[in-house]
Amino acid sequence: MSPKIEISLNGSTVEADASATVLEVALEHDLFVPHLCHHPDLEPAGVCRLCLVEVDGRMVTACNTPVTAGAKIRTDTPTVQQTRLGAVELLLVNHHGGTIDCEEGEACDLNRIARFVGADEARLGRYRPPDRTLPVDGSNPFFTFDPGLCVLCGICVRTCDEIVGVAAIDFVKRGFDTTIGSAPGKQWIDSDCVSCGECVERCPTGSLSFTGFETPEYEVTTTCTYCGCGCGIHLGVSGDRIVSARGQRENPSNEGRLCVKGRFGFTFVNSPERLTTPLIRRNGALEEATWDEALDLVAARFSAARGDAFAAIASAKLTNEENYLIQKFSRAVMGTNNVDHCARLCHSPSVAGLVQSFGSGAMTSSSKDLGDARCIFAIGTNTTAAHPIIGLQIMRSIRAGGRLIVANPREIELARHADLFIQHRAGSDVALLMGMMRVIVEEGLHDPEFIESRCENFEAFQESLAEYDDATVEEKTGVPFAKIAEAARMYAENSPAAILYAMGITQHTHGTDNVLATSNLAMLTGNVGVPSGGVNPLRGQSNVQGACDMGALPNVYPGYQKVELPEVRAKFEQAWGADLDDAPGLTHLEILRGVTAGPIRAIYLVGENPALSEADATHAREAMEKVDFLVVQDIFLTESAEYADVVLPAASFAEKDGTFTNTERRVQRVRKVIPPVGESRSDAWITCEIARRMGASGFEFESAEAVMEEIASLTPSYGGITHDRIDQVGLQWPCPDPSHPGTRYLHAETFPRPGGRGRFVPLEYRPPDEEPDAEYPLVLTTERSLYHYHTATMTRRVPGLETLRSEELVEIHPRDAVELQIASGDRVRVTSRRGEVEAHALVTEASPPGTISMTFHFHESPTNVLTNAAWDPVAKIPETKVCAVRVERA
Amino acid sequence: MGFPHDHDLEIGTILSRHFGDPKARELDTWLTYGGYEGLKQAVEMDPGEITTIVKDSGLRGRGGAGFPTGLKWSFMPQEKSGPHYLCCNADESEPGAFKDREILRWVPHLLIEGCLIAARAIRAEHAYIYVRGEYFPFTSILNDAVVEAYEAGYIGRDILGSGWDCDLTVHIGAGAYIAGEETGLMSSLTGGRAEPKIKPPFPAQSGVFGKPTTVNNVETLAAVPMILINGADWYRQWGTEKSPGTKLWCCSGHLVRPGNYELELGVPLKDVIYDVCGGAPDGKKIKAVIPGGSSTAMLTADELDVPSTYEGLQEAGSSLGTASPIVLNEDTNIVRAMRRIADFYAHESCGQCVQCREGTSWVAKILKRIEDGDGRLSDLDTLYDLCEQLTGRTICVLADSVVFPLRSSLDKFRDEYEALIGGRA
Ligand SMILES: Cc1cc2nc3c(=O)[nH]c(=O)nc-3n(C[C@H](O)[C@H](O)[C@H](O)COP(=O)(O)O)c2cc1C
Ligand code: SF4
Ligand code: SF4
Ligand code: SF4
Ligand code: FES
Repeated sequence: MSPKIEISLNGSTVEADASATVLEVALEHDLFVPHLCHHPDLEPAGVCRLCLVEVDGRMVTACNTPVTAGAKIRTDTPTVQQTRLGAVELLLVNHHGGTIDCEEGEACDLNRIARFVGADEARLGRYRPPDRTLPVDGSNPFFTFDPGLCVLCGICVRTCDEIVGVAAIDFVKRGFDTTIGSAPGKQWIDSDCVSCGECVERCPTGSLSFTGFETPEYEVTTTCTYCGCGCGIHLGVSGDRIVSARGQRENPSNEGRLCVKGRFGFTFVNSPERLTTPLIRRNGALEEATWDEALDLVAARFSAARGDAFAAIASAKLTNEENYLIQKFSRAVMGTNNVDHCARLCHSPSVAGLVQSFGSGAMTSSSKDLGDARCIFAIGTNTTAAHPIIGLQIMRSIRAGGRLIVANPREIELARHADLFIQHRAGSDVALLMGMMRVIVEEGLHDPEFIESRCENFEAFQESLAEYDDATVEEKTGVPFAKIAEAARMYAENSPAAILYAMGITQHTHGTDNVLATSNLAMLTGNVGVPSGGVNPLRGQSNVQGACDMGALPNVYPGYQKVELPEVRAKFEQAWGADLDDAPGLTHLEILRGVTAGPIRAIYLVGENPALSEADATHAREAMEKVDFLVVQDIFLTESAEYADVVLPAASFAEKDGTFTNTERRVQRVRKVIPPVGESRSDAWITCEIARRMGASGFEFESAEAVMEEIASLTPSYGGITHDRIDQVGLQWPCPDPSHPGTRYLHAETFPRPGGRGRFVPLEYRPPDEEPDAEYPLVLTTERSLYHYHTATMTRRVPGLETLRSEELVEIHPRDAVELQIASGDRVRVTSRRGEVEAHALVTEASPPGTISMTFHFHESPTNVLTNAAWDPVAKIPETKVCAVRVERA
Repeated sequence: MGFPHDHDLEIGTILSRHFGDPKARELDTWLTYGGYEGLKQAVEMDPGEITTIVKDSGLRGRGGAGFPTGLKWSFMPQEKSGPHYLCCNADESEPGAFKDREILRWVPHLLIEGCLIAARAIRAEHAYIYVRGEYFPFTSILNDAVVEAYEAGYIGRDILGSGWDCDLTVHIGAGAYIAGEETGLMSSLTGGRAEPKIKPPFPAQSGVFGKPTTVNNVETLAAVPMILINGADWYRQWGTEKSPGTKLWCCSGHLVRPGNYELELGVPLKDVIYDVCGGAPDGKKIKAVIPGGSSTAMLTADELDVPSTYEGLQEAGSSLGTASPIVLNEDTNIVRAMRRIADFYAHESCGQCVQCREGTSWVAKILKRIEDGDGRLSDLDTLYDLCEQLTGRTICVLADSVVFPLRSSLDKFRDEYEALIGGRA
């Protein structure tokens, strides 16, 4: 709280915050001062000149003038009034077709201001304005720009620069011809715009307006179903359709901001392709069936596959309650720990690694606090594409003068903002990080006090650094050592420093080592247990954190309680009234392998699409083809559903209640916005119904809320979570009891490990499983597009997203392209030891020489047919980030 | 146009002595003319001492506003908490002004030396010279000189063995008048659009790259070396108490001898027009003079007997500006001349402020319709109204710049406007 001062506002003495501007004080006292270019989220620009008032007799713009004690502010003098009127008239003449009542009505601030200042249309005639029609730019699929309504307040320009960090647009041309765009004669779509719609949200006039949105009858607040940022959204409903989306400002995870998917990506919910009835395979074809037929069949077949013949694959797209139910079903009803989910393929090393070193496998910081970091080290994360709203916190940090180090084999968008960009060889992370740590120790930049008082095993770790001499590190990473040393210093000397990583770290045969390297680095510099620091795995899907927390993992019950610990097992046996298996179950890949070379006969596949997402996808398809009984529960007939014996139509995130836990451990409400489409049912209902038909008890829940009560009673870190408490804003675990406020950052005082100390782990460099050779001379690495999500079952059913990116692209460096005689747009064939895929080429320097990159969103070009399923020995994650391939023109 | 021109006013030239002498561009020759003597002194001096001498000399900014230079330097933080920058404003784009061009072209080393002394005074480690894009041909002259000066150790590391480091970069603009406004210049220099910014923060707090910065005009900086060498009193032998020293004039329009003249401040304006420049050619009478460049108020032929000082022209209701009188003879259509000026400002408005972007363009449009015989008497009221709107309400004074000539032309030549309107209400 800044001190209060007294000022005089139109003659009356009022109290004001000493740090406030004149405009803020006036508005706070219900004194309207016209303003068009002011926005509370943005720095003042002072360009509209409508807020001119008199302070101590001098005309100043209220929006950027701070109040001072004793200042005499007048907003009502004739000069002030005449100034406003004059400016409003000038705006109306050229920017509103010369009318006061434009069709935007109250939604247009200029309209409101014009009425407020008493503008008179008749007076505009003296200018004798010629007709002026400017073409509307409708090139973006989600919004239009009508320069005829634009008052050139620049809010869009500043939003894109200050908040989004893209700076796609600016004022273009000068004087009377000034407009908004990227360059003269260019359309919006030709710019760097990432279609987030943040500018449209803030446009005061309707000059920028959403194309596909309708005015909703009402709004329901829920959590975005896309990535782990876990943004709060208000979904607008009309009838039984979602017609609009808006960010939830009170939600600390996103503070109202959204990315392109979170704002425009929900039309899939009402897609005509939604599964609306159960399907049963009869005579080789999937045919419509009733729920009773389908569920009875599933119950019967599952009953015959109890024990280790059964496996469930849950999903990070489901709610906590549903993941809880699926693992409970597998363990208590089916009698097996064979339950896993897609986190195996993305972040299992985060759990394995961070549990080893810190005792807890989650992001240590809060998303919002990252914006206050003095240094951000983003390694193996294409944050602006895969976690756009956390990307905004990076922008906030660098705007405030924080340092940014980006390490990535590809020259991702963030590299442009970085103080240091390290383009290391895919898979050389351990060498890079250990090399940095050696410099830190050698130059005495580490934090001996933290190490001494909070950590263990430092000596052994320190010894392991010796191996990473300059030459070795340079050779493994392909980066000049001086640059690595500079990064080490930058990271160590600017605290708090936060490490951000994603799948560039985890999807390796040494993914767990990579994670351990990041936690070593953070402990070494005392960057753990502080806000805005720590190690921050950016979890991919909306509820990947929650699915792990809920124990949809073969080795742990909810809350990472190990299945092999007798006292833990006893607790769950008692709670669930069943005998539980004491051996960890099979992991994702092991389950599919278990079909061909193991006990697996029935698979319950919920909200997952291994046909596209699994490394060595051909093998996954073979397994699904071969397994005796495959149940696929999903909202669309996915590529995997085509192998199913029974397909169960699930309700989407917008059609059910529950919770998601986002990447910053925040447990948030998911709400039923519309009724389930067709005969689809929530995953929770379906799982409970199967259990019921198998004669099990313990699945009679009246609501998701009731499931959460059971979760809280068995999961210490969720002990204090109830739907009631997280009605408006979520809570961050650990939240052990109903009075606990949640935990903003982890490990403040101790680590949740035996002894309470963080553990340094010595690391040995191991190369990727498959390295390029004469036959397969290039490295293939995988990435994600901002416009699509996972196997794109949802996003490709959003027409605008499909417009922005509609196909796979093989990104290849010009040097390799020249050698292979490939140009952008050429059709190419990519071949690995496991298969081949065709797609168009994009020649770009973003890919380093020798490395190509592809997404895995497009079923026409199933990239994972190529990838290598060799896995990390600890976390059993396949090495999706590196495999050897050959490229040729198709 | 341009130098050299003879004239018979006796002054010791400071800036223009070597105009017209191509050898002066070369470092060897320049050194024989006493070049870099000021810098030699400066590197031995404390920054504060340099500022004091310049303050005492009374030197005022030659970019148009006449702000006391030493005072501006003293706004820079005395204690450094990060880099400081100097920007030399060589964007000279005001219609009528062509003085900085001559300095760039004939005496580049004088400017470089001035920049370095100023940089030392404000504790800057980097000086930028922002040159108007259209001055491309002269930029290569400047660049050659910069290279020579670097090689000779006048710029760079350990300047003249003093241990003091300072770099100098020449930056070429892309041709916008508004890039000459100091905050617009800094924005353009650092990769943004040339857009003036609201103050605070002032450049001395947060300028180039968000660091303390001083912006000075070419002519201002070029005067500094001689002041340092000869002292404040020496400089004050010319001019008046409030306007000491000499000034480079740019005289254009209907004149017998248009061109650049370095004159003592305080010379009566009429002497500049009639004696130095020979009055209007062909025996024509002079109708009006816009004394300080196109952004200053017009004076009629009867109003020229004023001392050419900042204060003198202000008293006469105009301003010295960049000392760039544009002379209009009796045949000139004032409305048309005014419309041409308004066109310039309407075109060059950066487009941020409502009043400037919209207002300057209406001024130009209304003047055009009056010029074309489509005006109405009420248009004159609208023009006066626009003068109000464009005064003191915008971020920078580009908007005000059109008001000075406009209002004076309406006040002083209303008959010409009315004649074109022909009584239509
Ligand atoms: C629209 C506009 C254009 C300007 N153009 C120039 C210019 O071209 N050159 C210049 O030196 N100053 C120009 N100025 C003045 C600068 O803002 C600044 O005051 C000056 O460079 C400071 O230098 P001085 O103190 O040495 O005069 C301009 C100002 C405005 C408002
Ligand atoms: S488009 Fe909207 S936000 Fe952008 S300048 Fe125009 S009115 Fe302002
Ligand atoms: S939609 Fe987002 S990226 Fe595009 S211009 Fe607007 S703010 Fe910038
Ligand atoms: S007054 Fe004109 S030129 Fe100056 S900032 Fe405003 S719009 Fe731009
Ligand atoms: S709101 Fe202050 S100038 Fe626009």
